Amino acid sequence: MINFAITHEVIDVQHLIESVKDRNCGAVCTFMGTVRELTDGKKTLYLEYETYQEMAEKMLEEIGNEVLEKFQCSKIAMVHRVGRLDIEEVAVAIAVSAPHRKASFEGCRYAIDRIKEFVPIWKKEYGEDGANWVGCNCLRKEG
Amino acid sequence: MERKLKILCFAELGEKIGKCVEISMETEITVSGLIERLIKMYPEYQHSIQSCMIAVNQKYVKVDTVIRSDDQVALIPPVSGG
Repeated sequence: MINFAITHEVIDVQHLIESVKDRNCGAVCTFMGTVRELTDGKKTLYLEYETYQEMAEKMLEEIGNEVLEKFQCSKIAMVHRVGRLDIEEVAVAIAVSAPHRKASFEGCRYAIDRIKEFVPIWKKEYGEDGANWVGCNCLRKEG
Repeated sequence: MERKLKILCFAELGEKIGKCVEISMETEITVSGLIERLIKMYPEYQHSIQSCMIAVNQKYVKVDTVIRSDDQVALIPPVSGG
């Protein structure tokens, strides 16, 4: 079973965990990506996330299917928040249940790695000296 | 018959060239042909455009993929979710 979403609301992590619990599972592994204040000594004030929602939700579902197929996992839930997020807020949360802990760790790690690599979501960092898009450092006006 | 193809743009590229760019196309166009057209339209953002992956109907595609005017096309800059 896969439960996935892109949301503008605060992520209810406990609800996510409850949604993957299973009487035949002895492990629930969770991951939360949170907004960090300091990056390489530079202070972030807040972040703005943007997404291509239609595609991002499809990809979350695909990743969820991959996790259930590749690892011995039973259920997975993934939510990514977009819009403005302040320091310490949860940007992404993943919960994976499995009969045994090893599979739940592996499945959870695979899911966040795939999200960070492929899912069309972008963050703009607002710092003390302006704003810039992360991951798009090559996007500068040439000449 | 001339048709319009809409291309969705995101993140910094969306801010710079607009969130939805339209180009006219007479027949079909390949992904690499589309990239060439966009670079001609926005030469100052050549590097940015080349760093994007292309999605057609919400799936990443290869450069030889053929695009039709009713496809949903998107320029996907390097992602930074999580």
